[in-house]
This record gives sequence, structure tokens and C-alpha cells, in this order.
Amino acid sequence: MTHGLLFQFHFYLFGLLAIAGSLLFVTRKSPVAAALWLVNVMFCISAMFVMLDAQFIGAIQVLVYAGAIMVVFIFVVMLLNLGHPAEVQDLRSNGTRITAGLVGLAMLAEVLVLSRVKLPVELPAPTPGANVTASVADVLFHQYLLPFELTSVLLLAAIVGAVVLAKRRS
Amino acid sequence: MVPEALFFSAVLFVIGVVGVLTRRNAILIFMCVELMLNAVNLSFVAFSRLHGVGGQVFVIFVMTVAAAEAAVGLAIIISIFRHHESVDLRNVNLLKG
Repeated sequence: MTHGLLFQFHFYLFGLLAIAGSLLFVTRKSPVAAALWLVNVMFCISAMFVMLDAQFIGAIQVLVYAGAIMVVFIFVVMLLNLGHPAEVQDLRSNGTRITAGLVGLAMLAEVLVLSRVKLPVELPAPTPGANVTASVADVLFHQYLLPFELTSVLLLAAIVGAVVLAKRRS
Repeated sequence: MVPEALFFSAVLFVIGVVGVLTRRNAILIFMCVELMLNAVNLSFVAFSRLHGVGGQVFVIFVMTVAAAEAAVGLAIIISIFRHHESVDLRNVNLLKG
């Protein structure tokens, strides 16, 4: 499927914003600044989801990731009073940093090799006005019904585990 | 559109890996893991353009697991902080031989 030039420009724009935001995110000293940059990255990724015809996932991304998970992170930073950047001597030693750089370069080289692989042909895009959420729900509640039910057990276990772990022992 | 999305996803994942390897603050490492999960979600959605909506369903599962992981992981970080008065991972070396 071919998109207009403006559409492609905006897709690249959001991708580059996400990369720039994530670079700023990993280099910030303050946890609060890093968390806010990560929220920025998540909004960019959500925009890319919408442009890839996954509107429902884009909405969930904003609600669950940027809205709920990051709030929990910021809440813990606030609870433990970690907002001051200088408290933790944050970066690891030079050896680890060089290792990280090498791992990063190796993975980028893998990307370059994998970029030669031919992708299958794209499916036709949903027609404007089609019910994109219903198509996701159809697969989720028929083909993946058992995994969907199991996630509720997982969430229950996570809630109980979080309460048990974080409870102050007297 | 799909190859570009896969490229952006790979770059974001690599940035997340480098963040995990270079930081010492447990909360920042945890946020880098979230960035990696987000990058993988982007690939899932890109591939759902090629193979049908199953990829989007998996993104929903990944988000559920990420939420559970954030809850439990942050509870662990809180109890580590209670024990050591810091979230510096150099203090957590109980399993070091």
C-alpha cells in the first residue's frame, strides 16, 4: 500500500522523535527527567501504532503505559525520595560501558544484516470506517481466549506479590 | 512503512539494552526494560500489517505482563531500598561468588 509523502514524513518524524527522546532518556541523571522523556517516547510510539492501522493499541499504549505504568514509576521515585540526581554514582565503570557500546554496535550490525531479508507482501489496509477494534476483539476472544483468561490469574498473582513484597514488616 | 517501523523498533531496543548495561540506578534500569518492551511492541504491530491482527493481540498480552512486572519489580525495589537505604545495584551482590 502506498501512502502520501506527508504521511511518510510524519511517520519518520515520530520515529526520529522517539529515538531522540530515548537517547535523552538513557543519558539523564535525574530519574524524574528520565521518566518524563520515556513518556515522550511512549507517545511517539503510540502515534506510530496509529499510523500502522493499530488505533486501539495506540489508545491502550497511552492509557496503560504512559498513564498507569509510568505513574507507578514516578510514584515510587517520589515515595523513596530519589529525585536528586547526584545520590547514586550512576554510570558503571569504563569496562562495562565499553561492553555496552560493543553490544549495541553488534546489535545494530545485526539490524543491517537483517534489513536485507525480503518481507512478505503487506495485507490490504482496513477500509476507512471499518471497525478495527472489533477485528482485534474477534481474534482475542476466540483464538486467544485461554491466554486472555490466564492473564487475569497473572495480574492477581502480581497484585498479591506486590502487596506482600512492599508491606513493611514490623 | 513496515521496514521503517522495524528499523525504529530495533534502534529503540538497542538503546534500551545499552541503558540497562550502563546504569546503576535500579529504577532507571527498570525503565530501560520498559523501553525494550515498547520497542518489541512496535515490531509486533508492524508485523501485524503483514500477518493479520494476531500481532496486536500479543501487544495486549505484552502490556499485561509489563504491568504485572512493573508492580512486582517496583515492590522489590522498595524492599531493597528499605534494606540498603539506596537503589544502587552495587549493594545487591548477595549472589556474587
